[in-house]
Amino acid sequence: MTTAATASTAATRSRRDFSATSADLRGFREVQRLAYACAEAVAGQLKPGVTEREAARMQRRWLRERGVTDWFHLPFAWFGDRTAFVNFRIPLQFFPTDRALEPGMPFILDMAPVYQGYTADIGYSGCLGLSPLHDRLLADLEAHRELLLREVRERRPLREIYEDVERLMVRQGYANRHRAYPFGVIAHKVDRVRQRRWSPTLFGFGTQSLKGLASDALHGHREGWSPLWSPYRFSDHPPQPGLWAVEPHLGFRGVGAKFEEILVVTDSRDPEESAFWLDDDLPHVRRWQEEKAA
Amino acid sequence: MSEAVGESGETSVSTALEGARERRIATGGIELSVAELGDPARPTVLLVHGYPDSKEVWSRVAPLLAERFHVVLYDVRGCGRSTAPQPLRGGYTLEKLTDDFLAVADAVSPDRPVHLVGHDWGSVQSWEFVTVPRTQGRIASFTSMSGPSLDHFGHWIKKRMTRPTPRRAAQLLNQAAKSWYVYMLHTPALPELAWKGPLGKRWPKILERVEKIPAGDYPTASLPTDAAHGAWLYRDNVRTRLRHPRTDAYAHCPVQLITPTGDAFLSERLYDELEQWVPQLTRRTLPAKHWVPRTRPDQLAAWIEEFVTAKDEGDPAKEVAARGRYADRFGGRLVLVTGAASGIGRATAFAFAEAGARVVVVDRDAEGAARTADMARLIGAGAAWAEAVDVADEAAMEKLAEKVAAEYGIVDVLVNNAGIGLSGSFLETTSEDWKKVLDVNLWGVIHGCRIFGRQMAERGQGGHIVNTASAAAYQPSKTLPAYSTSKAAVLMLSECLRAELAGQGIGVTAVCPGLVNTSITTTSHVAGVSPEEEKRRQSKAARLYGIRNYPPEKVADAILRAVVRNQAVVPVTPEARGSRALSRFAPRALRAIARIEPL
Repeated sequence: MTTAATASTAATRSRRDFSATSADLRGFREVQRLAYACAEAVAGQLKPGVTEREAARMQRRWLRERGVTDWFHLPFAWFGDRTAFVNFRIPLQFFPTDRALEPGMPFILDMAPVYQGYTADIGYSGCLGLSPLHDRLLADLEAHRELLLREVRERRPLREIYEDVERLMVRQGYANRHRAYPFGVIAHKVDRVRQRRWSPTLFGFGTQSLKGLASDALHGHREGWSPLWSPYRFSDHPPQPGLWAVEPHLGFRGVGAKFEEILVVTDSRDPEESAFWLDDDLPHVRRWQEEKAA
Repeated sequence: MSEAVGESGETSVSTALEGARERRIATGGIELSVAELGDPARPTVLLVHGYPDSKEVWSRVAPLLAERFHVVLYDVRGCGRSTAPQPLRGGYTLEKLTDDFLAVADAVSPDRPVHLVGHDWGSVQSWEFVTVPRTQGRIASFTSMSGPSLDHFGHWIKKRMTRPTPRRAAQLLNQAAKSWYVYMLHTPALPELAWKGPLGKRWPKILERVEKIPAGDYPTASLPTDAAHGAWLYRDNVRTRLRHPRTDAYAHCPVQLITPTGDAFLSERLYDELEQWVPQLTRRTLPAKHWVPRTRPDQLAAWIEEFVTAKDEGDPAKEVAARGRYADRFGGRLVLVTGAASGIGRATAFAFAEAGARVVVVDRDAEGAARTADMARLIGAGAAWAEAVDVADEAAMEKLAEKVAAEYGIVDVLVNNAGIGLSGSFLETTSEDWKKVLDVNLWGVIHGCRIFGRQMAERGQGGHIVNTASAAAYQPSKTLPAYSTSKAAVLMLSECLRAELAGQGIGVTAVCPGLVNTSITTTSHVAGVSPEEEKRRQSKAARLYGIRNYPPEKVADAILRAVVRNQAVVPVTPEARGSRALSRFAPRALRAIARIEPL
């Protein structure tokens, strides 16, 4: 696994073949940190009785106060068995509901703010109170972070990596819950977004970001790749350089856990530089390191 | 307050209760015969018998409890070796029975509250004990089986009479029909004559035939007088209490309610609104008939032990944690699942774990089995063990059965789920391939049923066997000849075994899942093709099953439901149900489907 230090030195190196400069990466890292700071701040304020809508509103307000004006998507919050998307049939069910948090309930905060033109998309899993089961799920996510990076560096087709992640989940005893996302994606591309004075959203997604995704899809369609990393044939191609928001999502009998963060893919020949996590100083990574140290 | 009279102490009471110490306690003009087992320093568990019984009804339960507790049993007034009140009329009111209970409790456990256990009328009177104020602080917990509170019963009837909906009326009529013997007992003199005459003589045979009670030292010789005197339990209490039920009959201690689902005298619906009377209620259900202390002693002892231990120590960590849908049915029961390192087996192990069962996880894949056991403990399993055994290996299965019986107990639910896939045309399938698939899919099931089924039958306390067959058992196809044959054999084996074991209270279910998204697609061998082609077909099948995406968890739910309802054949996915229907009503359509080249 790349450590925080090597990641940042790698990021500062010039990358001729890839359009994102080190300044760009710094921008993306900053907004990702901001989003995780928001998640930790909001998670710290969650208490029994808080509803998903309130939690989503808290995230929105926290980020707006710090200068976020546009979104890849508006913040989501899922509580209880909704963290595992139990009985989700239509995408509207992803939107926050009036489900109230109870002691012992798992929760996930998922937000994608755009700050100064840079996009982040993060997922933060937690639990109100102690839960050995939830701890286990979080700990088991580490293997997925390693697997994803290793196989992207090996330039395996995204569809095969998807299947390997799913196989690992099944071996661990979990269900693959990112399959519930639109197109069953485990990841999607994110990019810089042009800042506008007015940035409306459509079904919770920022129109600027949707435009970027659509143009990527169009380019990809011509060139044989897709900005959506899915289990389907259109993802049967090697990793496309760019920034991918990767979100493996485990589900186990009404308890779900995920992380989401940005994986930088370049077309460098050096495997170390061909792909790396944008930032290794994130809550879930720190948690694993602390567990190992303990 | 009464004093213990005639501390004749250490004599044995009867052959049925070996090693019991008897003492006699005088109270309200009568003398009660009280038997004690176990260390008096331990928490006291007081067992109260029903009608027409004496304390010997507990003879199979009491010794099991005596290992952990101070067990006390007494003959209710007029039964067994206790003397009867004079006159009988008015001598059996619940108030007087409460006096008796307090006298016994004060004598055997003066400083600590007792844990009550009642069956039938023993439970009916115990409900009175736990709902009247004067016993407050004397009872630590109450386990009730087959005996409702007359006050709750009175309110139950009233509610259904005053606001009858079709469902409520049906419930009322159902219970009214089950209560036929109560009306008979209200006729004067006749019941006494019958009990002292022909009925008393034939009763043991009737119990054996109708209630499936194993013959032996029960009922005791005192049956005719027990039954004749006991008629006054009904005459002194039923009419008055049902007509004017108390409105303050709230339990002041935790209650564990054990409901036998096959009770011929009491409807399960009687306990529907019990939560309103009992703030701390734990429900248990048991597929058995009325006399559970005779037919299911092991299970009762385990549940009583668990409940009493939790309540006595007041340790919230020991409280029942399982919250699964069937926790009342599977809490604390021993479940063995084969092929539980992945797929349907693993999901089934988890579903039982969630219901609080103790789970034995069996698989060839030791690592996967350990993982299943690990996760099972996290979601509420009473305990979980992983065993690396190949079901096709008879000697290994024998050894496993011995180990399980010695260390964990007799299996209550056995799930023979281990199976492997094999596709390819018949002419390409070698005898080696056949052997492999039959060894696991058929012989594995045979070994499981034979070895664990025998243990279940020998214990004689019921159980359930689930065999995982397949929709391929009745859906012919040109691509799965060997697999389908093995599964058809499993289906028929299950049906035959069901007929054979029905008399012993052991249910057998064949589950036919259909297309379920598990790893069987990638581990299946394809006969007669190159390794590359095999790989291609495996991944194609895996994708197809992935798109169908029927989760193994739903099959696991179907398995638990099938055990609860004792269903014979359970097709699970819609396509499995569809082809089952076709196999019965339009077999030619199935034969046409069988010719399709799928991949």
